[in-house]
Amino acid sequence: RGGRGRGKKAASEEEEDEDEVPAPRGRRGGNRKAARKGKDGDDEDADDDDDEDGKGPKKRGAGGRGGRGGRGGRGGGRGGRGGKKGGKGKEGDEESEEEEDKKGAKGKKKGGKKGKDEEEDEEEGGKGDKGATGKKGAKGKGKEDSMSEGEMAKLMEEVEEKKKLIATIRNKPWRMRRRLTHLRESQQFVDKFEGALGKGKGRKWYAYKVMMKKKWIKFQRDFENFRTACIPWERKIKEVESHFGSSVASYFIFLRWMYGMNLVLFGFTFGLVVIPEVLMGLPYGSIPRKTVPRAEADSAQDYSVLMDFNGYCKYSVLFYGFYNNQRTIGLLQFRLPLSYLMVGIGTFGYSLMVVIRTMAKNADVGGGDGEDGEFTFAWKMFTSWDYLIGNAETADNKYASITTSFKESIVDEQENQKDENIHLRRFLRVLANFMIICSLGGSGYLIYFVVKRSQEFASRDDLSWYEKNEVMIIMSLLGLVCPPLFETIAELEEYHPRIALKWQLGRIFALFLGNLYTFLFALFDEVNTKLELEGSIRNASLWNMKEYYANFTLNSNDTEATPPPMHPSDIIRGPCWETGVGIEFVKLTVSDIQVTYLTILIGDFARAVIVRFLNYCWCWDLEAGFPSYGEFDISGNVLGLVFNQGMIWMGAFYAPGLVGINVLRLLSSMYYQCWAVMATNVPHERVFKASKSNNFYMGLLLLILFLSLLPVVYTIMTLPPSFDCGPFSGKAKMFDVIMETIDLDLPAFLGTLFSYAANPGLIIPAVLLMVLAIYYLNSVSEAYQGANMELKKKMQMVRLQQKKG
Amino acid sequence: MGATASHLGKDLLSEYQELTFLTKQEILLAHKRFTELLSREDKNLPDPRAPTEAILTLPELKSNPFRERIVRVFSTSESRDGLTFEDFLDLLSAFSDSATLEIKSHYAFRIFDFDDDGTLDENDLEKLVNCLTGETDETRLTPDEMKQLISNILEESDIDKDGTVNLSEFQHVISRSPDFVSSFKIVL
Repeated sequence: RGGRGRGKKAASEEEEDEDEVPAPRGRRGGNRKAARKGKDGDDEDADDDDDEDGKGPKKRGAGGRGGRGGRGGRGGGRGGRGGKKGGKGKEGDEESEEEEDKKGAKGKKKGGKKGKDEEEDEEEGGKGDKGATGKKGAKGKGKEDSMSEGEMAKLMEEVEEKKKLIATIRNKPWRMRRRLTHLRESQQFVDKFEGALGKGKGRKWYAYKVMMKKKWIKFQRDFENFRTACIPWERKIKEVESHFGSSVASYFIFLRWMYGMNLVLFGFTFGLVVIPEVLMGLPYGSIPRKTVPRAEADSAQDYSVLMDFNGYCKYSVLFYGFYNNQRTIGLLQFRLPLSYLMVGIGTFGYSLMVVIRTMAKNADVGGGDGEDGEFTFAWKMFTSWDYLIGNAETADNKYASITTSFKESIVDEQENQKDENIHLRRFLRVLANFMIICSLGGSGYLIYFVVKRSQEFASRDDLSWYEKNEVMIIMSLLGLVCPPLFETIAELEEYHPRIALKWQLGRIFALFLGNLYTFLFALFDEVNTKLELEGSIRNASLWNMKEYYANFTLNSNDTEATPPPMHPSDIIRGPCWETGVGIEFVKLTVSDIQVTYLTILIGDFARAVIVRFLNYCWCWDLEAGFPSYGEFDISGNVLGLVFNQGMIWMGAFYAPGLVGINVLRLLSSMYYQCWAVMATNVPHERVFKASKSNNFYMGLLLLILFLSLLPVVYTIMTLPPSFDCGPFSGKAKMFDVIMETIDLDLPAFLGTLFSYAANPGLIIPAVLLMVLAIYYLNSVSEAYQGANMELKKKMQMVRLQQKKG
Repeated sequence: MGATASHLGKDLLSEYQELTFLTKQEILLAHKRFTELLSREDKNLPDPRAPTEAILTLPELKSNPFRERIVRVFSTSESRDGLTFEDFLDLLSAFSDSATLEIKSHYAFRIFDFDDDGTLDENDLEKLVNCLTGETDETRLTPDEMKQLISNILEESDIDKDGTVNLSEFQHVISRSPDFVSSFKIVL
């Protein structure tokens, strides 16, 4: 609509200034939708009138009157009128329409409204003809003095409208000068009439309300400014963006987002679990679980032991085993075990909420997932240029890739028909998939084997460095070697590059997932072994204590003296499987960090140094041919980040310090990788967009979140906690803490309420209801899609008929 | 009125914040960068206009194939040459991160409309493709490919089949694209 209108005006310079105002479609002020719809119709009428060679204000007035009279949406309507007319030539029309306006909508026209009209006229005519409208201004203002209750209400409405206009004005595609004038005029109107409205009863209160609202808006704006200023690394990311395009930068934006989320998780864990235990709990060395056993005490400070997270590390706040199971600690009666469990569950809850919210926001911006092949060419034309590119080399690459993609799609269209030798292709694809499944299975088995071997190693003492870290090394090697292997096998398949990329990502995902879960299963085997050990150790420990006391009474002469308690480091300890699991996860994370940094150092930096300096004395051009500089591997890095996060989620329950380690890791990653990208990488040859994949990565994150939830929930619900370490020691199951709290701390009726809520008879109907709701929403969305198609067809038909007739 | 080249008044600053999608820091940064573009004499004028050549030296616009169109579209002078500070703010606001789809698609349409007639016809599309494929001959499309491409595009986007793409058709196509909002961005 607006386009058509604008086109007509292109001739005159004046009209160019007053940009068209297509009625703003629903956004910021969602509540304006209804008002806008009426306006839309109004503008539509008006535009059609324009098309029919300016049949004059009468038709427009008539058409518009009904619409306008019934609404309060004057602000935009006024703008619309201005836009359509634009230009000295139509001043006369304008004024006559104003007159008609005044005559027409009697129901709405009260003093205040007229006053507004005058102001509009003033503004509209402001560009040219001030004289004529100035008169009307004077006329209107005289009417203010006599106002009844009804008029006051109408005036209030007008003031509200103006305020809404002020709120949405930045969304109108007018030029700045015009917006500025509108803004000032609206603000003047609001100021003037708000004062007037304040007369009579409740004036002070009204004035106060108005002032508070202004302050609130100002505060909001300042807060927004502050918030945007607080976002770290904007400059860095912008630099990367201008050199590499938005796809590489999207990785860094993702990294920054992860950093933020981890920071919040760290805050929870640190503030609610670690700090209370440190400040209010028993200090190191006071009870057995907090002390290094006598046997290990000599080597507890060795560097190598600490690197393995044994020794002093193991008996510190980093791990589960350190925490005491006292129900309340300190002056504040802080319930540590309950807090520990709640933080563990809250970590998942918060992460889930944040991921889903980001996914929803991403989906919103993209307008949902449009059918893939719908507008290929149009999108390539209109949206393929990346305006963030600020570097000539990247721009050249972009030109080349755009040209290639144009040519490809033109050829694709034609090639879609022919399909040579489909059988051979199918066979090759089946073969490729078979090989890949084999390698996936092989890697899974390898990990299982290695973890089992490490359990045997655990009983021995004389281990070489390789044997100690075998598990981590093998897992990292698999992560490095398999993806290129998959890529080479995938060449058999001859898919379209974008589809091939999706397959590749899916396979790497399956690889990582398989590895992680195999690792977990092996770990849980170990846990079960430890649990079995526990029984015998518990007996041994008790027996040992009795022996000690017996010895003491034997040796001392005073039979009535109570023996001092055993030194904490002498008491026999249970195997404490939770700390063991925590240590495994921490070691895995640390080795993952080391491997990533080493890979960047060797794979990218060393390569770049070699290419740059060896180029002077080498036979062929290293920079142009093999190996040349590396490109930044977006998908590999993003997947690595996603899986790292999955490991953190799994391990955070057993090792509260893990989240802190991850925060440090993300922080250093940011600086390190930014440096590496700028110093050693070159822009991609095929510069492609990231935004559509953004939700893909979020989806992966969501999947990993669920998958890491499972082991933790399983542990909480079924495995018995160790008898002598951790905040849940002594209980039958970990969630017994909650039961205890409900029984002891909360009022009685809440307990009965919870027991009713947990009743299967209530839960099953709730689940059924949710399933039905999903089904209903699904069918509604399908109905909408159908309606969409119908409307499109109708539009085409109408246009066709218009052309004919 | 308008800002004097040396200092941006506080009232004006808060008005600009109301009127654009930019934050206070962004507006101040824009002001700084804009005054750098002005020549010495212009700085003392009440409403200075930076010449097009100076604007095209901005690093953010330097490599953009549409840079001349952008300056023309946002310029409010008669000869479509040069931007005042308010034009510059308009530009940044439309290209900012928080601008809505409607604003962006509106201006994108105007940028692509090379002959300023309110619709995208075949000539416009042809010029558009040539801009996108770069200056050198190796990267240009052959006339046949060009014709094929343009007919494909019109087939996809021209709903009312009048041979041109008007604003609503353009906005319809653009609104379904997931990439548009994030790529149509310029940040100082």
